[in-house]
Amino acid sequence: MSIELRNISKRFGDVAAVQNVSFKVAEGELVALLGPSGGGKTTVLRMIAGLEQPTEGDILIRGQRVNDVSVQKRNIGFVFQGYALFKTMSVADNIAFGLKIKKWPQAEINDRVAELLKLFGLDGLGKRFPHQLSGGQRQRVAIARSLAPKPSVLLLDEPFGAVDAKIRQELRDWLVHLHDELSVTTVFVTHDQEEAMEVSNRIVIFSRGNLEQIGAPQEVYERPSNEFVARFIGVLNVLELRVEHGVARLHELTFPNHGVAEGASLRIGFRPYTVQISPDLSEYRYRATLKHVYFLGVQLRLELETPSGLTLRTRITKDEFVRLGLAEDKEVSFQIREYRVLSRDGFDMSPEVSAVHQLPSIAENI
Amino acid sequence: MAGSTQKRWTSGHAKSRRGAEDPWYVRWILIVVSLGFAGIFLVLPLVNVFDQALAKGWQIAVGSLGDPDTMSAMKLTALVSAICVPLNTLFGIAAAWLIAKFEFPGKALLTTLIDLPFSVSPVVSGLLYVILFGLKGYFGPWLDRHDIQIIFAVPGIVLATIFVTFPFVARELIPLMQAQGSDQEQAALTLGATGWQTFWHVTLPSIKWGLLYGVILCTARAVGEFGAVSVVSGHITGITDTLPLRIEKLDKEYNSVAAFSIAALLAVLALLTLGLKTWLEHRQQRELDLAQTSSDSSDEH
Repeated sequence: MSIELRNISKRFGDVAAVQNVSFKVAEGELVALLGPSGGGKTTVLRMIAGLEQPTEGDILIRGQRVNDVSVQKRNIGFVFQGYALFKTMSVADNIAFGLKIKKWPQAEINDRVAELLKLFGLDGLGKRFPHQLSGGQRQRVAIARSLAPKPSVLLLDEPFGAVDAKIRQELRDWLVHLHDELSVTTVFVTHDQEEAMEVSNRIVIFSRGNLEQIGAPQEVYERPSNEFVARFIGVLNVLELRVEHGVARLHELTFPNHGVAEGASLRIGFRPYTVQISPDLSEYRYRATLKHVYFLGVQLRLELETPSGLTLRTRITKDEFVRLGLAEDKEVSFQIREYRVLSRDGFDMSPEVSAVHQLPSIAENI
Repeated sequence: MAGSTQKRWTSGHAKSRRGAEDPWYVRWILIVVSLGFAGIFLVLPLVNVFDQALAKGWQIAVGSLGDPDTMSAMKLTALVSAICVPLNTLFGIAAAWLIAKFEFPGKALLTTLIDLPFSVSPVVSGLLYVILFGLKGYFGPWLDRHDIQIIFAVPGIVLATIFVTFPFVARELIPLMQAQGSDQEQAALTLGATGWQTFWHVTLPSIKWGLLYGVILCTARAVGEFGAVSVVSGHITGITDTLPLRIEKLDKEYNSVAAFSIAALLAVLALLTLGLKTWLEHRQQRELDLAQTSSDSSDEH
C-alpha cells in the first residue's frame, strides 16, 4: 500500500520532535528513515503505525486519511526495536497472536504459523520461548509475528540494532530477499547509513525533526542537498578557507575563491575517494606524510598529514596501495580532484552543495 | 543471575574474596550473634507457641479450636480477608499500571501515598476510621440517622484491614511493571488486540508471579492484623472478634491452651506463607530477570 505524509508535525510538550514533514512511499517500496538519534525518525514511524498522533498534518495509507483510524484497524505490521516478543508465549503462540485476535479459524491459524515458521527458517522452534532464542531468531520471530495477519504495510524500528555485526549482515540480506518475495510496502528506521544504503530503494534523511533529503541511495550519496546529508552519508573532509589575494587558502592548500570577498571565509568539502595520491613527489601539487593506514578489508583508509599539520582522510583499494608501494610514514604527493562548496562567508549555500567543482591539473589550477 | 556472579567471584579475583580471609573469630562471632539473635527472638517464641498449645495434649488443643466463639472468629477473619484481598488486588494492579506506564502530575505523590500504611502505626490507622465514622466522628451522626453501623461492626474491621494491607500488591507490581515497560502491550495493539485483550493475554501472564506474591503477603497481613482491627472492632465476642483478637481475649481469660492453639494455627499459616513466598520470590526474580534481559538488548545502542 502506498503511504503519504502531508505536512506532519509532532510536538511533545514544548519539544518539536517532527517539523512539517511530507513524503510518499510507493506501493511495494522498501524505504529507510535515516538519521542520528533524536532526529524524529522513530516518531514518524510510530505515527504511520498509529502509536502516536501527529500534532498537525495528515497521514494517508492508500490515499485514505488514517489520522482517526486506531492502531488496531490500520492493518500494519510493526517490529519493535527490542522485538517486544510476548515472553510468556511460545514462538508459535507469538506468531498466532494476531490471527487469534482476528478470529481466524484454528486450522487456518495452524497452517499460517507453520508456513511462516518455514519461511523464516524457524522450523522446529515453534514450542520454544523467546528467552531460549538467539538475537537473530528473536528478530525473525518478531517479523513473522507482524506479518502473520497479512498487513498491508510493514514498519520496522531499528530492526538490526540489537544483534551483533555478523548476524546483522545476514539479516540485511535476508530482509531484502524477504521484501523481494512478499513485496509488502516496508519502512524501516535506522541510524546506520551503510545499512540504509545497502537495504533500501530510497532513503529519507532526518535531522532534528526535519526532513533533509529523500532519494535513492546513490542519489543522496552523490548529490547531497546540504552539508548535513553530505557529512552523514559517507565521510566528508571539510576545510575552512579564507580568501586572500583572490585565492581561498588554508595553510598550503589553495582553491578558487568562488566569488567570495577578500578576507571572508569559504567552506568546502570533499569525499575521501577524490583525493589522489602518488609516491612520486613531483606528480601532484601538495606534499603529505602517510600518517596512519587502517585496514578495512578490500579497502584501506589513509590519514594524510600535510607539512603544516592538516589531516585529510582518503580511501584506496588494497591493490592500488600495493601497486604504488605505499607504507605508513612514507612521503607522498596528492591532489584533490573534486570538491563541493558548502557555504560562503558563514551563509549556508545549500544549492551549491550538489555542484561538483573539478580541479583538473596542477598547471591550470588557480 | 546471582549464581553466575557468585561463580565469577569465587573463581577469579583472589583479592575480592576478602570475606574468606578475615580471621576465623570474626566469622564465628558473626555466626553466633546472628544465629543467637534469630534463635532467641524468632525460634524460641515460635517453639513456645506450639509447646504451650500442646501442653495438655493435642486433642485438647484441637478441641479448643472447635469452640463456637473461636469458630465465629475464624469465619470473620476469613470473610474480612475474602473482601480485602480481592479489593486490594484490583487496586494494586490499577495503581501499578498507572504508575508504571503513564506519566501524570501527582505521580510521585501517589507513589508515596501507597506507602503510607507502612509508616503509620496500625493503631493510628484504626483511630482514623473511628474519627471518621465513630458516633462522635465526622460522618457518625449521619450514619447513625440512617442506621448504618461501621465502627464496632464488620464494615469497620474491613475498612481498617484494607487500609493496613493496601500497599502489598501495588508495591510488588510497580517495579516489575516498570522493568517490563509497555513494548509488549504496544505490540499487541499493533496486532489488533483491544485494551482488555492486551491486559488479559499479555500483561497479566507476565506479572502473574509477582501478583501472586503480593496477594500472599496481603492475605497473611489481613489474617494477622491486630492493632488497627482492635481499635475499630469493639471486641464483641462471637460477632466482631477476629482470630488475633480472640487470642488476646482467651489469654486474658487465662485459657492459655486455647489461646496458644489459635496462635499455633496462625503460626502454621505463617510458615506456609513463608514457604510459598520463598518459592514465589524465586519465580518473580526470574520474571524480573527476563524483563531486564529483554530491555538490556534494546538499550544496547
